[in-house]
Amino acid sequence: MSLQDYKGILVFAQQFDCQISGVSYELIGKAKELAADLDTEVMAVVLGEGVKSLADSLVAYGADRVIVVDDKELKEYTTEPYTHAMVSVIEKYKPEIVLYGATAIGRDLAPRVSARVKTGLTADCTKLEVDAETKNLRMTRPAFGGNIMATIVCPDNRPQMATVRPGVMQRANKDTKRTAAIEELNLEFAKNNNYVEVVEVIKKVTDKVDIMDAKILVAGGRGVGSKENFKLLQDLADAIGGEVASSRACVDCQWTEKEQQVGQTGKTVRPNLYFAIGISGAIQHLAGMEESDLIIAINKDETAPIFDVADFGIVGDLNKIIPQLTQKIKAEIANK
Amino acid sequence: MKIVVCIKQVPDTNEVKLDPVTGTLIRDGVPSIINPDDKAGLEAALALKDQLGATVSVITMGPMQADAVLREAMAMGADDAYLVTDRAFGGADTLATSTTLAAALKKINYDLIIAGRQAIDGDTAQVGPQIAEHLNIPNVSYAEDIKVEGNTVIVKRQYEDRYHTVKVQMPCLVTALGEMNTPRYMTPGGIFDAYRSKEVTIFTRADLDVEDSTIGLKGSPTKVAQSFPKSVKAAGVKVTMDSEDAADYIVEKLKEKFVF
Amino acid sequence: MDFSLSKEHEMARTLFRDFAETEVKPLAQEVDETEEFPRGTVAKMNKLGFMGIPVGKEYGGQGCDTLTYAMCVEELSRVCGTTGVIVSAHTSLCAEPIKKFGTEEQKQKYLVPLAKGEKLGAFGLTEPGAGTDAAGQQTKAILDGDEYVLNGSKIFITNGKEADIYIIFAMTDKSKGTKGISAFIVEKGTKGFTFGTKEKKMGIRGSATYELIFVDCRIPKENLLGAIGKGFGIAMTTLDGGRIGIASQALGLAQGALDSTIAYVKERKQFGRSISKFQNTQFEIADMATKVEAARLLVYKAAMAKDTQKKFSLEAAMAKLYAAEVAMEVTTKAVQLHGGYGYTREYDVERMMRDAKITEIYEGTSEVQKMVIAGSVL
Repeated sequence: MSLQDYKGILVFAQQFDCQISGVSYELIGKAKELAADLDTEVMAVVLGEGVKSLADSLVAYGADRVIVVDDKELKEYTTEPYTHAMVSVIEKYKPEIVLYGATAIGRDLAPRVSARVKTGLTADCTKLEVDAETKNLRMTRPAFGGNIMATIVCPDNRPQMATVRPGVMQRANKDTKRTAAIEELNLEFAKNNNYVEVVEVIKKVTDKVDIMDAKILVAGGRGVGSKENFKLLQDLADAIGGEVASSRACVDCQWTEKEQQVGQTGKTVRPNLYFAIGISGAIQHLAGMEESDLIIAINKDETAPIFDVADFGIVGDLNKIIPQLTQKIKAEIANK
Repeated sequence: MKIVVCIKQVPDTNEVKLDPVTGTLIRDGVPSIINPDDKAGLEAALALKDQLGATVSVITMGPMQADAVLREAMAMGADDAYLVTDRAFGGADTLATSTTLAAALKKINYDLIIAGRQAIDGDTAQVGPQIAEHLNIPNVSYAEDIKVEGNTVIVKRQYEDRYHTVKVQMPCLVTALGEMNTPRYMTPGGIFDAYRSKEVTIFTRADLDVEDSTIGLKGSPTKVAQSFPKSVKAAGVKVTMDSEDAADYIVEKLKEKFVF
Repeated sequence: MDFSLSKEHEMARTLFRDFAETEVKPLAQEVDETEEFPRGTVAKMNKLGFMGIPVGKEYGGQGCDTLTYAMCVEELSRVCGTTGVIVSAHTSLCAEPIKKFGTEEQKQKYLVPLAKGEKLGAFGLTEPGAGTDAAGQQTKAILDGDEYVLNGSKIFITNGKEADIYIIFAMTDKSKGTKGISAFIVEKGTKGFTFGTKEKKMGIRGSATYELIFVDCRIPKENLLGAIGKGFGIAMTTLDGGRIGIASQALGLAQGALDSTIAYVKERKQFGRSISKFQNTQFEIADMATKVEAARLLVYKAAMAKDTQKKFSLEAAMAKLYAAEVAMEVTTKAVQLHGGYGYTREYDVERMMRDAKITEIYEGTSEVQKMVIAGSVL
């Protein structure tokens, strides 16, 4: 079995409740670019129960081939049946590259698969490119809490596997007229000691908009000072049509919810406009938002690192500035 | 019940700064700490010890100075510790690291292995599940809560928008989330016990049953082609003005940039 | 002679520093302004064994040395003088004499709960007419059958009313002068033992400083601590140890003021640059840093002497004298270097200055320390 025998790019298309997660489409989008460089095809694999119909959207977003493994053991995510399925697919289709979303599923599934298949896995890649000479995948990712970037290669093992955070890659345009091969793979799922039991599924009740979908974010940090004071940010968000987000410090203090956390262990966001209010700009936070189109920072400490990435930085007291800003924005909008 | 907690000594990346001139990391004087997710895992283990009388061992792979985190863990209440250290293990990626740790764990008795979800220097979250694969035991990641009933571990497994309550039979491995608890402080007496009456057992290459080809640099399918500091985004404009002027300034900029 | 700290002591400092920064510092200003005894903090320290650091494990303590205890008081005081003295008074002035002079029964009954942090301790020697002249005790203890009957009052008692266990000194035989003073263990709640005035103080305002009132207070005769008539010696020996605690408190206050000032002068800009660039600032800080380090060496030496030498009064007196004076000087300079802001309660240096003053006075004034030192040296 030589490296040459491995061809094609496989995308693990994650789904929850028979709905494909957005990151899957982003991965297919990126895979298409890589496939062009490698002159090969993009395969997507979807695992679950009753998921056959999901194949169509994967095709629409660019998959050249969709593999469906449909079994009751795959209804809810658990490590072993999903690992068994992925490994079987990899052994059958021998892709040279496998991509997973760096999600709560992907970051559990991919390592287990990589250890079983004995290949290399690179986590949280922000950039994927094909090396022009070797045709190996160059996987670039942040390390050291985001302080440095490292480019990783997996020259001697196949497949080359990578996980990618949601919101980093771009999905291709949807084309519902596209067609592609859809194959069902029947596998046996015999329970062994690695199987676990999902006793309960509890959805988090939230009517908040996912901050990753918001075009404008009003984010607060430790400088906001209290849960109550976040009202200032909520007022601004309401006025300008944005959502409230925060740094990890505020989540740890329970001023905001985990879903609102931006940063290395939170969400990566790329809104059009990001207000960084009372946020010092620790590297872990910047990792989650520095790709925002326009960053406006307000902090009373002029040495705060956030000012190094802000397009516009105001040194001042957020408690005085934000209410006035909210007023003026309301006035501007009213005048239009 | 025997619990083994995998911990890692990491630089406190909250304190690491970039040299503004060279763009490289300033690592000198950065304190070393127990990786936060691991510390939460350790606290979960100690809570189970308080509750059920389990024994808690800690294990780490690293250079000799990683001894410090083992001592800290014992000062918090862990009973004993293992240091897996050898030049041969150096340069390892997650696959080689997990292979080495799994070989060490095979030498120790365990019912439950707890590891932190990810380390703040590598940030991969890979070693935990990979260890479980090498040991051929079930793993549940992203634990927000860990309970034990008889031979069953009950995990509150976190996803982005939901939880699963998962039951898994021991022996098994669980990875812990930093937010699952607030780790206890050491005690003064615990610190002296950790250094003077508790044991750190050292495992070197010779002690482990592994092939050379699976450990260290040789055992690492992934290799670092290049590392470089993050390209610094060109700094923008920074102004100091009174609050009303500041508000006007921002509105003006928003208009310029077509936010309105 | 190795001046470096062992790994255990370094780790202990990290523990105390983390605890102080996380649990104590955020409350320091409020404790000072409300003058409320920080019970929540004490409860946390109880659970971590901070209240029994130098007491042996066989009595429920942590089994550490005096240096570890001194570092605890230092780190707590660095962020909050009040919290530091609570631990110091409890440990040095109450737990320690029982450890040194108590019977086995007394240790089991009193030392164990003190060391475990289940009970808080205090020490009552000072009276309205007996401060530096400690021998001028007016409180009387008369043996009546199986009980001693206490009558009198004590003032300026740290941990007063909050504490459960008190070491009380009283005159058992007026004719014998200092050899007629004895020590007793008195529990809060004993009939005839009440609390009077709570002092309003310049500093360490969260520390509970109370008058103790004894009116026909009957205690079992088993509560005599040490031999009859030996109370004065017990008080003096106890105060030697207490001085190490107070010296640690003073050291912590000085270090805290120095740290705050270093941060401030780097940030504060005048005349187009940070004031840390001006030579006066640099020279003042150099002076402050040197004195704090000198104080540290004296304090740590005294702490080690207590564990290794029979007599350590000289070392303790030098440590307390010097550290207290350094604390007063450094905190005052800290306020000065902060300028107008240093005088406001927005910054913590003014509180540190107010807290520092008492270290030159209690547990033996600086003058008393000089008497001890001169007595030893001449």
